[in-house]
Amino acid sequence: MKIRRIIGHALRYLLLCATAVSSAGAAAGSADDRIVVASKNFNESYLLGEISARALEAAGFSVERRFGLGGTLICYEALVNGEVDLYVEYTGTLSQAILNTPSAVTIEQLNALLAEQNLQLLAAFGFNNTYAMAVRREQAQALGLRSIADIADHPELNVVVSHEFLERGDGWPGLARTYGLTSAVSGIEHGLAYQALDDGVIDITDAYSTDGELKRYDLRVLTDDLGYFPQYLAAPLVRDDLPRRAKTVLRSLAGTIGDEEMQRLNAAVVFDGRSFADVANEYLSEQGLVAHGEVSDLLWSSLLANTLQHLKLTGIALIGAVLLGVGASLLVFRTPLAARALTYFCGLLQTVPSIALLALMIPLFGIGMLPAIIALFLYSLLPILRNTITALTTIDPTLIRVAVAMGLKDSEQLRLVYLPLALPGMFAGIRTAAVISIGTATLAAFIGAGGLGDPIVTGLALNDVNLILQGALPAAGLAVITELVFEGLEKLLLPGHLRRTD
Amino acid sequence: MSVCVEFSGVSKSFVPGQPVLDNISLQLPAGVTTALVGASGCGKTTLLQLVNAVLQPEAGEVRVFGKAIPEDLVAHRRSIGYSVQGAGLFPHLNNRDNVLLLAQLEGWDAQAMASRYADLLEQMGLDDSVSERYPHELSGGQQQRIGLCRALMLRPKLLLLDEPFSAIDPITRFSIYEQFQNVQQETGVSTLLVTHDIREAVRLASHLVILREGSIEQSAATAEVLEQPASSYVATLLENQL
Repeated sequence: MKIRRIIGHALRYLLLCATAVSSAGAAAGSADDRIVVASKNFNESYLLGEISARALEAAGFSVERRFGLGGTLICYEALVNGEVDLYVEYTGTLSQAILNTPSAVTIEQLNALLAEQNLQLLAAFGFNNTYAMAVRREQAQALGLRSIADIADHPELNVVVSHEFLERGDGWPGLARTYGLTSAVSGIEHGLAYQALDDGVIDITDAYSTDGELKRYDLRVLTDDLGYFPQYLAAPLVRDDLPRRAKTVLRSLAGTIGDEEMQRLNAAVVFDGRSFADVANEYLSEQGLVAHGEVSDLLWSSLLANTLQHLKLTGIALIGAVLLGVGASLLVFRTPLAARALTYFCGLLQTVPSIALLALMIPLFGIGMLPAIIALFLYSLLPILRNTITALTTIDPTLIRVAVAMGLKDSEQLRLVYLPLALPGMFAGIRTAAVISIGTATLAAFIGAGGLGDPIVTGLALNDVNLILQGALPAAGLAVITELVFEGLEKLLLPGHLRRTD
Repeated sequence: MSVCVEFSGVSKSFVPGQPVLDNISLQLPAGVTTALVGASGCGKTTLLQLVNAVLQPEAGEVRVFGKAIPEDLVAHRRSIGYSVQGAGLFPHLNNRDNVLLLAQLEGWDAQAMASRYADLLEQMGLDDSVSERYPHELSGGQQQRIGLCRALMLRPKLLLLDEPFSAIDPITRFSIYEQFQNVQQETGVSTLLVTHDIREAVRLASHLVILREGSIEQSAATAEVLEQPASSYVATLLENQL
């Protein structure tokens, strides 16, 4: 009975703490008038986010960037929950993936639906980033290929499309039906298609109409005269409560970026290796929207900031997990059933893929540090709990009998016998949890928590190995340092004969 | 005869229907060593653990120095010394801290602890070089001596020993016997010694309790048991082992 009461108190207290932290976070968020701009984790989304952010900054707003969030739903949820104020979304994505209303295609139609959520889609940037069929420009000129319908006249052309496009109902099958195409078609890995096209191995493939590759490989996009592909017009999706002046600033960007222009901007980042900030800045100054400011790439300071943020995330999560894990272990280890139940529960948490666990946190805790810390905390629990319980239950029973028979009180038994004898096992668990957390925390960037995952996520979006290494190497370094620190701590705290020998 | 421990109608079983102790009534003399002897599984260790209330009887009552076992088990247990086979020393504490543990918890002042500790080491034939070392760095005999020091630290009037000498080589064992007997006679601590070794029992104890499958075969002064075995079981036991 006593134990149940203690657990009850502990849970209530934890819940209280979580509420306090999250409301403190919310309070901090609303305290200043910063506009939070988010982006998804692919090249074009970063660029458009950066362009929006810089335009707002040029107009005097203070902007916080939450770039590289892990996907459409995370961005949208964050926006609905007020965690962010805007990000750039595509009309097709809104109607098909978010609102599930394929009939709504124009910005007006979408806005009618978005109004319920207090959201608003501003005017589009101009380009349409949809599926497109691409051919080499000189071949297009030689054969007079202009529209997708022209493919039907040249069945000798080698059509090879990405596997996904080949399978999707709204991909090749529908396209072939609409245009009466009879070409033999086969599948290829999308990443290889452009190179194969450039090498002349294949003649036609599917592409996204604003891919930088179209510009780089000098490809022509065949026009979709029958309007088969849905429209994916990019436009700032904002919360209604965004200041009117900020909306005006964003509207001034409307219609300024066409397909070719977007291809050029994407290529500048992907192929010329320039930073988002640099390309966005150049674009805005060309448009006369912003005076050409300087763009600094401070590798070392961002590295340090990311590392510190990473340590903060894992440190807080680990301390919480140690307190709760060790505390709960002490409460349950004498009751085998409860110990097993708790271990299974934590084991279950461990089987949730980390990215899914992070996503599950969003409706509960929003985006940013809090959900990331809670997810890391949940991941750290199992190794700590399991090792501590095992260590506590495998103590030589003679020692326990002696401790009782000598007349040690329950609390003294815990403090003087159980805890010190379980310490090596506990340490092993905490050490494992720390290393796992450091690795997993790199995924926290997907929900805007920052840390060393930031350069990794951006690097993945850009296929930029250098950038990925800027996150991966320090993370690996941190893991090694953590191992060493724990080894030192063990030496300091445990007499030699009690240390683990492995 | 003054009595240290009295069992009246005590029964105990771990599996229902299979009593480990069956309606035991016994009075054990104070101030001397009593040996509880019997084969493995006869219930002698269980009997010992009823005295410091590590186990509770299902029926009957245990009285220690004339009093029922009190509510405050911690104080009760601290008033009774306890040592087991292999000594049961805490591996994370050095030997001195093992011995001093209870005195520290009882809030003894440093000087009293130091002088008591020095006396115990001397009585058990140990020198101070063992103090800073950990139990695993000592021989089995030395560990057992430290274990006895720990059991005696708070000057208990009753000492419970659960086969403390059985895992020690014969030469060392005899010197520990002697040291233990000296301490016992000097302090007059009432001692219950669980052993399966009749020779050890005869040598150390002035009173013998012979147990067989949860019942008492004989409880009498050592000399009486030797001269007049109460049953053929006791007679055979003596014949075979002495």
